[in-house]
Amino acid sequence: MELFRSTILICGGTGCTSSGSAKLYERFEQLLKEKGLDKEVKLVRTGCFGLCEAGPVTIVYPEGAFYSRVRVEDVDEIVSEHLVKGRIVQRLLYHGSVDENNQVKALDDVDFYKKQKRVALRNCGVIDPENIDEYIAFDGYKALYKVLTEMTPDDVIDVMKRSGLRGRGGAGFPTGVKWSFAAAQPRGPEYKKYVCCNADEGDPGAFMDRSVLEGDPHAVLEAMAIAGYAIGSDQGYIYCRAEYPIAVKRLEIAIAQAREYGLLGEDIFGTGFNFDIEVRLGAGAFVCGEETALMNSIEGMRGEPRPRPPFPAVKGLFGKPTILNNVETYANVCQIILNGPEWFAAMGTERSKGTKVFALGGKINNTGLVEVPMGTSLREIIYEIGGGIPHGKAFKAVQTGGPSGGCLPASMLDTPIDYDNLIAAGSMMGSGGMIVMDEDNCMVDIARFFLDFTVDESCGKCTPCRVGTRRMLEILNNICEGKGQDGDIERLENLAKNIKATALCGLGQTAPNPVLSTIKQFRNEYEAHIYEKRCPAGVCKKLLSYVIDPNKCKGCTMCARVCPAGAIVGKVKEAHAIDTSKCLKCGACMEKCKFGAISKK
Amino acid sequence: MKSLAELEAIRQRTLDKVNLRREKEGTRIVVGMATCGIAAGARPVLLACMEEVAKRNLLNVTVAQTGCIGMCRLEPIVEVTVPGQEKVTYVRVKPEMVPKIIAEHVVNGHPVTEYTIGAQDK
Repeated sequence: MELFRSTILICGGTGCTSSGSAKLYERFEQLLKEKGLDKEVKLVRTGCFGLCEAGPVTIVYPEGAFYSRVRVEDVDEIVSEHLVKGRIVQRLLYHGSVDENNQVKALDDVDFYKKQKRVALRNCGVIDPENIDEYIAFDGYKALYKVLTEMTPDDVIDVMKRSGLRGRGGAGFPTGVKWSFAAAQPRGPEYKKYVCCNADEGDPGAFMDRSVLEGDPHAVLEAMAIAGYAIGSDQGYIYCRAEYPIAVKRLEIAIAQAREYGLLGEDIFGTGFNFDIEVRLGAGAFVCGEETALMNSIEGMRGEPRPRPPFPAVKGLFGKPTILNNVETYANVCQIILNGPEWFAAMGTERSKGTKVFALGGKINNTGLVEVPMGTSLREIIYEIGGGIPHGKAFKAVQTGGPSGGCLPASMLDTPIDYDNLIAAGSMMGSGGMIVMDEDNCMVDIARFFLDFTVDESCGKCTPCRVGTRRMLEILNNICEGKGQDGDIERLENLAKNIKATALCGLGQTAPNPVLSTIKQFRNEYEAHIYEKRCPAGVCKKLLSYVIDPNKCKGCTMCARVCPAGAIVGKVKEAHAIDTSKCLKCGACMEKCKFGAISKK
Repeated sequence: MKSLAELEAIRQRTLDKVNLRREKEGTRIVVGMATCGIAAGARPVLLACMEEVAKRNLLNVTVAQTGCIGMCRLEPIVEVTVPGQEKVTYVRVKPEMVPKIIAEHVVNGHPVTEYTIGAQDK
């Protein structure tokens, strides 16, 4: 038997792969072979560790040395120093992972991980996602065995209900209740039912589902099989966007391995239960994350939503009863079965149980993936785990829920995050993207950005969404360009109300949210744009003007030389001036001025 | 796949490979592997330790390496730390001595006094 004295974990998530982790893996492999260490040191490519900011991430066990931002050139040093001689390479250690005595801290004690509770992400960054044996070593497929041999389908649904798990895709519908609707439909070999997994993660800034699929694909497969048993289905589909090539590849490897072991297929564990899963790729349309559009797309039709009812639990994929859950929802299921619903319900708040994964992005120091119990405050996530705002800037707002959500201002930093509190605050949980904004972000511009996204992604089937969101965008564009008029805010609110009430699907019904929430929380910024023709954050170019302070200007001509539009006039050693009709507002002159004489207003 | 036993067999088989990644509080066997240690023959000692741990299926034992401990004349040096007990340092370790150290000290809790640093200096 082989026994490895040391294990090198290299992150193979999308974040670290794009910063070069695949090359690190190759170099390690080559060097270990050269030095004859390949029999004693094991190299593992894992899923996402969460601390994408510090990527590519490499961890060496048994010491638990957390190396961050490793470059290919550094690999030689890690091998010759750490693996051959046992000396940890201090200069490459992640700064938060050593204590004041330069001793390596356990990963759980690093600030970024200390407040986290990893349930859905428990295997991400720990196991090799392309090796089913490692998943099994961490209690994989035990939950499926337990369900098939010890529990009735009703027991399973009862456990899911009692756990209080709610859909992690955004709307937060109780998972157990959803399953019970599909289970109530006639059951038997002659009645076809389907289990679907929504892996069409489209919110800008959200990547938690991708990380689960890349880091722990079997957890999703196992949970889907459990769901299949609970509702009486023998076929599952995972609808994953084609923009996630690593996730798709690992899913396919995982499905093949599970079939080989007989954990998918016919007569699983000798119980007579059959279940198989196929992957379907989406072409990247945002609307296909909506359940009815997603099912249309799986069927090979246009990805357009249809009215509900009938709900998918009654008439879904191919007209048969179907359940559709999000990746992260499934990632919780096996843990609930193994540890019991009480364990899960003990985490979180009264009406939102368990943990939630958030993708931290925007103006924050530790960009990455965090999983915290429901009810954790924004302040804890942004300042304690996320490490605060870079360059000492002031926090302005955090955007949650992507194009369907809204912005929460600084006054809500201490609100415990759960489904209901976010909705009360005019935002929503969404799939868990969290975009942090500082004083340099213009809230009108942010609302415009998200609306621009939904206008682009609207499928065009219903009028409120197709036409209504475009009208709203036109108003916002006018406001940002200084053509805002009295009454624009009211017009926006009125349009928003009507779109929310009449759009066919979730995309349209929630599209006005970013606008409504920014009007609610930052009305003064809208007013400044409309009435004072000024952008307080200095983002909206059309509302900006650059001016030269004649008292500070020394007439060095530097600005006139860098100006691409020739908009700066003036003689040497005399004060210069900007011709605003020619000025492109690129800011080049302001950067170049050594005397601080140029400012933007 | 027909039974839990099969699943358990895969689990056990793989556990050794993933064992290092679990946070655990077990015995640590640390081999000095700086230039001095390697020159004195630390690598065969390290391999012997790993082999012995594997042979006995000691899942709670970590074999690790470290840099120069400072007593280069006594290399190869092996330190054994059993939780709750003081660290024991073995010096001038040869691969043949490893099975005895693991059997008596790691498994049964009785340090092999004659190999320790205390015995050397006398």
